[in-house]
Order: sequence, then C-alpha cells, then structure tokens
Amino acid sequence: MIGRMIQRDVRRGFTGAAWLPIAFFLLIATLMPFAIGPDAALLSRVGAGTLWIAALTAALLPIERLIETDRADGVLDQLALRGSAEESVAAAKIVAHWLTFAPLLLAAALPASVLLGMDGSALARTELALAIGTPGLAALTVAVAAITAGLPRAASLAGLLLFPLAVPLLIFGAASSGGDHGGLLLEAAISLLLTAGAPFAAGAAIRAARS
Amino acid sequence: MAGRRHDRNGESPALLRFSDVSLVRGGRLLFEGLSLAVGPGEALQVAGPNGSGKSSLLRLAAGLLRSSTGEVQRSGVALADDSLALDRELPLGKALAFWGGSVAPAMDALGIAHLSGVPVRLLSSGQQKRASLARVASSLAPLWLLDEPLNALDADGAERLAGLVQRHRDGGGAIIAASHQPLPGEWRILEIGR
Repeated sequence: MIGRMIQRDVRRGFTGAAWLPIAFFLLIATLMPFAIGPDAALLSRVGAGTLWIAALTAALLPIERLIETDRADGVLDQLALRGSAEESVAAAKIVAHWLTFAPLLLAAALPASVLLGMDGSALARTELALAIGTPGLAALTVAVAAITAGLPRAASLAGLLLFPLAVPLLIFGAASSGGDHGGLLLEAAISLLLTAGAPFAAGAAIRAARS
Repeated sequence: MAGRRHDRNGESPALLRFSDVSLVRGGRLLFEGLSLAVGPGEALQVAGPNGSGKSSLLRLAAGLLRSSTGEVQRSGVALADDSLALDRELPLGKALAFWGGSVAPAMDALGIAHLSGVPVRLLSSGQQKRASLARVASSLAPLWLLDEPLNALDADGAERLAGLVQRHRDGGGAIIAASHQPLPGEWRILEIGR
C-alpha cells in the first residue's frame, strides 16, 4: 500500500505543475543579479545563500496539495481503514514530495549557479549541501502541511510556520555550501532529525484533524 | 486492520460490538450508553433526524473517531461516506484499482462497468455514488458502513444496491447504513437522537 501511495503521489506531483517550483527557483536566481547589481565577486559570495532561499520557496509552493486534498477527499480515512498507520502515510508523502521536487531542483541549480557567477567547486559544495538538506526540507514541509490542513488561509500560515522551523537547516546548509565541513555534518544531523521526526508529527496532526 | 474478535460467554462472534459507548462532539452529547452487536448476515439501519449523529456513529464504527466512553470492537470495515476518495484525473477503473480488491465484478454489479475509461471528474453525482459503493463492494472487508447510500442514486441504482446488500449478507458479511429514509430490503432499525 505504501509503495503504491508513493507511486501515486509522484505521478500526481508530475502531472500537476512540477515545473512551477523549479521555475520559481530559477526566477529567484535570475532576479538576484538585478537586485544586488552585476558585481561578480559579490554575486558569487551570496550565490549559495540565494540558492538555499530559492530551495526553501520551491519546497513550500506545493504545500497545499500535499495533505489537504487527500484529507478533504477522504483518502486519508480510507488508508486508515485499510490499516495504514498515519505515520507510514506521512513517510510515504515525504518520500514522494522529495522525489518530485529535489532531483529537479538539483538539476536546476546548474543553470542557477551560472546566473549567480558561482565557480565549479562552489557549485559542487552547494549541490552536496542541497542533496543532504532537501530530505529534511521535504519532511518539514509535509509535517507543516499536515498541521495546517483544513485550516483557513492554510497556505500563508504554512509559510509562517515553515520558514522559522527551517532556519537551522538554512544556517548549516548555507555554511556547508561555503565549504564548512563541520557545517555539513551539523546540516546532515538536522536533516536526519527532521526526516525521522516529521512522520510522527504529521501522523499525530492527521489523527487530531479527524476529531 | 486485523479483526479483534472476542467471543464472550459463548455469544456468536460479532463483526462489530459497541459496549456502553457514548460520544461527545463539539461539546454536544450525541449519544450515550449505546450497546449493540452486529453479527454476520445482519443489516442495521441507523435512523434519526439530521444532526443526530448517524455519520459520527459510522465513523466511530470505522475507528476514525474515538468514543468518549465505552469500548468499540470491530473486524475489517469498508466505508462509503460523502467523500469519494478516488483520484479525479484518473479513469474510473484505474482510480478504483488503487484501492485493490476485485474491482471488475463490483463495477459490474453497480452498472458502471462501461464507465471504466471515463475520468472520475466527469462522472455525475449519481455515478460517483455508485463508484464509492463499488469501492466498498470490491474490498474484502466483512463489515460495510454506508452513509446515506441512497443519496443521488436513481431507481436502478437503489435496486442494484439492494441486490449487492443481499449478496453480501448471504456471504456472511454485515452492513450498517445510516439513512434518514427507508432502505430497500429488510433492515433492523436503530433510532438515535430522539
């Protein structure tokens, strides 16, 4: 059931507007040189941080359809009746969300790094940091989606909730993109913690929304 | 969900048993001290006015709500309520197949076999109702929970539902339906909210 769930969510993710978060990601990378000027040295210094902010936005964009559509349509109820624990459903949603946005994002980081004037080694470090950080980001997004599902103005609320919670990931992600080895380890630890904890938070939120 | 069956004092194993159950929702007591058992082959209609807690009783039976007091024991259940739980963009046959079970005979029994290739979002409300009943019929769960099964169904749909219910009962299954209107066939009636 869980395998089928992941497959279904990935299919829905890609038949929907999977390119939209990536377009946003590239758009932010494009706007940055306009906003701070064409100084190549300055651009390449803020490049990694820019990519991280862009990644955060890209993960947040599909937040409304991650949990809420399935809750409103009774899919989560039917999964519970078939004996799938809410935690497993949440874990499946995290895997599916990561699969739909992270690989595309890692690919889009290539043209974005060119726009920001980042050199090869900076790009490689950022790609590694993004690869390590995006699972935590996906997990956090699904947990926030579950917590805000069914609430009025859920999308803006989700942003308010997600961004502060993503700060540790952002700090150490951006630091390791800058070549800080300790930062990379801390980022990996935080990403792991979020990925491990989020299914439980999301599962509890799904259950609580029923009563 | 593996069935928990308790056979106390030589009673026949019930597919669903409420023991002294009460339910409070939104600060309102919907029912209290409710005890009932539904065994194989039985059909129970939960009747009562709008807002009396019929749907909540079904969700309690499904395990989607927790009782405020008392105990609920159940075996595997399938639920058809007003949410469709089928992917709108998929053709009906594929959308039903996601939930597994024997989809083709169930679609046949409800007269929607010819709609197999039609996307769910294009179905009429009556066809959607048949689809959600087909989702229940194709499951292997012994206990069916149907919330207002006649809503949006035409005469042919109601007749097919009656036949389906009878076959399920003959096969040792049980059905609980919440409805404010009379259902076709023979049903034990449980009045709540009066």
